Amino acid sequence: MSVLRVEVVAAEGIAWEGDALSVIARTTEGDIGVLPNHEPMLASLLPCAAEVLTTDGNREVVVLDGGFISVADNRVSLLSPGARIAAEIDLKAAEHELVAAEKRLNAGEIDDETRHHFLRAQAQVKAARMAQGH
Amino acid sequence: MGASLRELRQRRKSVTATKKITRAMELIASSRVLKAQQQAAKALPYTRELNRAVSAVATYSQLDHPLTRPVSNPRRVAVLFITSDRGMNGAYSSNVLKTVSQMRQRLDEQGIEMVRYGVGRKGIAYMTYRGLELAAHWSGFSDLPTYDRAVEISDRLLEDFLKPYEEGGVDEIWTVYTRMQSMLTQTPRARRILPLEVVEGVREVSGEELLPLYEFEPSPEAVLDSLLPLYVRSRIWFYLLQSAASQLASQQKAMKSATDNAQTLIERLTREANQARQSEITQEISEIVGGASALADLTKDDH
Repeated sequence: MSVLRVEVVAAEGIAWEGDALSVIARTTEGDIGVLPNHEPMLASLLPCAAEVLTTDGNREVVVLDGGFISVADNRVSLLSPGARIAAEIDLKAAEHELVAAEKRLNAGEIDDETRHHFLRAQAQVKAARMAQGH
Repeated sequence: MGASLRELRQRRKSVTATKKITRAMELIASSRVLKAQQQAAKALPYTRELNRAVSAVATYSQLDHPLTRPVSNPRRVAVLFITSDRGMNGAYSSNVLKTVSQMRQRLDEQGIEMVRYGVGRKGIAYMTYRGLELAAHWSGFSDLPTYDRAVEISDRLLEDFLKPYEEGGVDEIWTVYTRMQSMLTQTPRARRILPLEVVEGVREVSGEELLPLYEFEPSPEAVLDSLLPLYVRSRIWFYLLQSAASQLASQQKAMKSATDNAQTLIERLTREANQARQSEITQEISEIVGGASALADLTKDDH
């Protein structure tokens, strides 16, 4: 059976790499799941908590702040400047950030930056919760 | 005589103290240059993946994007130069600044205006001292850059690039950075960042490797749109990392030669001090001998 070779690449280094059975991430068009032998694809990502189901049965959660996913020859690269694995995230701090981002958004600052910020905070909280519940 | 001996010893003491400092700085720089090199190496996969993606989009779609559109006759060119925050690293900063002024000369000849963007206190001080205006400057991270700083710089540059010329926009963006070739050689380089030169299908993707036929989501244009700013940021990030490593390497080199110079100076001063001491002793002895024989002559005469 073929497996996916997954690389989560952040600007400051590789955040996670390993073999996986599936990858779920959120593109600008909606959530996508990638299984082995997926056709070559390049898609823009939204800030999200991506899930990687590893070959040893673990679920690895990574937080991405945008970037893109590329799939080719069973190689999946999740490229995101500030990618981090969920276990490294401080849930409290992330929740704080989410509240602050929500406030700014509600205050009417609806531009790309605040929206991006909000989505990123949301993704962090989600990922941190998923990692703790695991 | 006694005064010169004391002076020599004092100088030797002060040079020894200086040597201790330069030696310590050399050791610190050599441990940090390793770290900087590791940081640069860790950032490589990101650059590589981005290059591959940009090449892929470039190969399979009609490239016409504001960031890649060449300007036939540029009128205003932005130059971002990366220098250090502190001195004690030999000619590192002045080499960069020399390259900048060479560029300026060339641009002047072509009648192109140059706008400066500075990184690092040394370069900023150099420009302000000469009354040369900087459009923007950043400092405080020259030996330890972070990606956030790269984002800050590239966002500012992109903003000015996308502005129309009449509102102060620039037609091209160049960077002058220092490339880390080895621990011994670091060379200042000028590279164009914008408009991007996307060499289709090649560039750090190895020759035999054929790029697969990608499916783009939502569309090649949209992917390119989100890709190119990331690409610019990663370029600047790469240049900052290279410059940081070069800066530390050049500091190590400068401090090593300072330590070596201090060592030869100490040896010379020690020799001179010994000579002075010896001649002092010789003089004292001859004075004593002279005095004693004079005394002996005197007593002989008495009897």
